[in-house]
Amino acid sequence: MAFEYAPAPESRSIVDIKPSYGLFIDGEFVDGRGTSFKTINPATEETLAEVAEASEADVDLAVKAARRAFRGWSRMSGKERAKYLFRIARILQERGRELAVLESIDNGKPIKESRDVDVPIVAAHFFYYAGWADKLDYAGLGPNPQPLGVAGQVIPWNFPLLMLAWKIAPALACGNTVVLKPAETTPLTALLFAEICQQADLPPGVVNIVTGAGSTGQAVVGHPDVDKVAFTGSTDVGKAIARAVAGTDKKVTLELGGKAANIVFDDAPIDQAVEGIVGGIFFNQGHVCCAGSRLLVQESVADEVLSRLKRRMGTLRVGDPLDKNTDIGAINSAEQLARIRELSDIGESEGAERWAPPCDLPSSGFWFPPTIFTGVTQAHRIAREEVFGPVLSVLTFRTPAEAVEKANNTPYGLSAGVWTEKGSRILHMASQLRAGVVWANTFNKFDPASPFGGYKESGYGREGGRQGLAAYLKGADL
Amino acid sequence: MPTTAPTGPAPGLAAYADVTTSDATLRRFLHGLPGVDQVGAEARAAALGTRSIKTTAKAWALDLAIRMVDLTTLEGQDTPGKVRALASKALRPDPADPSCPSVAAVCVYGDLVGDVKAIVGDAVNVAAVATAFPSGRASMEVKLADTRDAVANGADEIDMVIDRGAFLAGRYLQVFDEIVATREACARADGSHAHLKVIFETGELQTYDNVRRASWLAMLAGADFIKTSTGKVQPAATLPVTLVMLEAVRDFREATGVQIGVKPAGGIRTTKDAIKYLVMVNEIAGDDWLDPDWFRFGASTLLNDLLMQRTKMTTGRYSGPDYFTLD
Repeated sequence: MAFEYAPAPESRSIVDIKPSYGLFIDGEFVDGRGTSFKTINPATEETLAEVAEASEADVDLAVKAARRAFRGWSRMSGKERAKYLFRIARILQERGRELAVLESIDNGKPIKESRDVDVPIVAAHFFYYAGWADKLDYAGLGPNPQPLGVAGQVIPWNFPLLMLAWKIAPALACGNTVVLKPAETTPLTALLFAEICQQADLPPGVVNIVTGAGSTGQAVVGHPDVDKVAFTGSTDVGKAIARAVAGTDKKVTLELGGKAANIVFDDAPIDQAVEGIVGGIFFNQGHVCCAGSRLLVQESVADEVLSRLKRRMGTLRVGDPLDKNTDIGAINSAEQLARIRELSDIGESEGAERWAPPCDLPSSGFWFPPTIFTGVTQAHRIAREEVFGPVLSVLTFRTPAEAVEKANNTPYGLSAGVWTEKGSRILHMASQLRAGVVWANTFNKFDPASPFGGYKESGYGREGGRQGLAAYLKGADL
Repeated sequence: MPTTAPTGPAPGLAAYADVTTSDATLRRFLHGLPGVDQVGAEARAAALGTRSIKTTAKAWALDLAIRMVDLTTLEGQDTPGKVRALASKALRPDPADPSCPSVAAVCVYGDLVGDVKAIVGDAVNVAAVATAFPSGRASMEVKLADTRDAVANGADEIDMVIDRGAFLAGRYLQVFDEIVATREACARADGSHAHLKVIFETGELQTYDNVRRASWLAMLAGADFIKTSTGKVQPAATLPVTLVMLEAVRDFREATGVQIGVKPAGGIRTTKDAIKYLVMVNEIAGDDWLDPDWFRFGASTLLNDLLMQRTKMTTGRYSGPDYFTLD
């Protein structure tokens, strides 16, 4: 007898999506001068809204507004700034369901993730940095630390609201003002956040949201009156930004791609390791820069781990992001789906063995089944390039030294996972792995108090924690 | 429910024969099982608890949950009158609705088996606790006599307790031998045997590693069911403990071909909780366990909540507790 879960859709009625959105500049929504664009629901391809594109002139207005607001905001006492941040955090919690539903509609991620992961961490980030605002003198970053000025921030589509929180909360806590550009495929929660700034009576110009595509981002990053550039996204764009700001006095933090190794030793707690592998790569459809996209499993337990992994993948529920029982939602865009398909096809043509559990994918929208490749070696492109989708490459190793060598043998270095019941091995591996975050017997755990960032081509600077303050204060390099 | 004894160990089980030849080999085997990461196991159980079971799925789950209940009373104050009332309830949980299924079994102390049997006949099983329940602190002779007595009184199922003291002291072979001996004591003259459920009292074993080891130990010794708790120790059944046991029966069947049942008992009082357990059975062990032959709830107050929810599903209205029998 099979237990068929009946559809359990979260209601959309709580969100009110307007037919069109302007730019949020100087505390007001204004028309953009660029060509407006559409944002769609990736699960259905339905058009959600028309969104203004910020031209260079619009970005200039936004930066000017931020500069004007900087005078008052930076001189305001930390205690007063904290009040605004706490207020924003509380409103984020109060409107949590609305934000979660909107995020799932615009991004394609399952409601259980937007509801239980994204939105709670977003609020936690604002609460956390609100707490720092009046304690910057005691952050160990020198006496009387000063804000940088106007921060130009460009964020990706995989965690639209969460990346906004990672950027805006520390910037504001330190006394900076911001011009933020959300990704073109996922602008809606950033625009709802702009409404929340109004609701919180945040002084005009402290937060400005300019929507658009690459050229808008270039305008933000390249604006001469921007003092600080913060970017999360692909390594290619990150390199372009690094070139664009080279020779200026702009401070830069970049959080870029990754190809994390999730390393399973033969003495691992196997069932939890399988869970960690699944969470590591299939969380958020694999649209995660720190995803555990390379499984390094000790050869002596490889068969057992793989058979358990396959059985577990058979229970993953792919489909309607708003269904509360959905584990894997829609791929964010047609473009990203094409990229995932291309790299998967390359994997197959290079001789790796492809496997996905049988699953019915919806006929409209962008979908890709949870997929693993076995028989992958370091020489395969799917073991080296970031797929940014629900695709796992499985490699094996024999000894801890080989695991370290293979894990580090990548141009990236954002995160890694280690699964073993031996505490000393965890500490040893953590000291050997060149990755910004090493998770032990868990994966994809985020907390505002914990700094996050990369080695090598995964970028530089840290976000989160006390370290995250340094990116927004003068002379406070850690 | 299969009540005839298998003719010999299943072929898959024979491969494990040398594991139980000595305390040392058994210890090596049990300590060689993969560990359980507490944080990960609890996170997995909590994540499964967020599944949303509505409408048709909920109606299906409610009837299944009722059919899985081992309606239990294990009090010093139990009387023939009390257990007869409970037995009537087990047969017809909702007198107002003949479509409501019976529960799986009534679970009582061994001396009251006959009183239950007189009411339920063969329509509902009678389970008896034995082996110096709940502490298990008695000599082996006493435990086996307790078991034989319950079987002689007509018990279809025996819920035994393991000697937690022996387990925690590392005397695994002693625990193993006691289960084997109790299983032999479950034999009836006609060659069949009473179904054996082995209670670990997981609240006393405490760690998930211990729960996994106890599960394998009991399964190798011939348990038909593995059961979390007596209901006399807190915490009794929890989702993560049951998760670890479901993983164990799943892995055991894969390794030996022998399927073993699981019974969480104690502390499951609401429909919401019962459905969380069923989701876990479904996604950890698989559909094969979604049957009263392979999964049970040891509970008493749970049944009325299930009935109330069931009535709500059919009528669209909640009725008060006075509309359901108190027994």
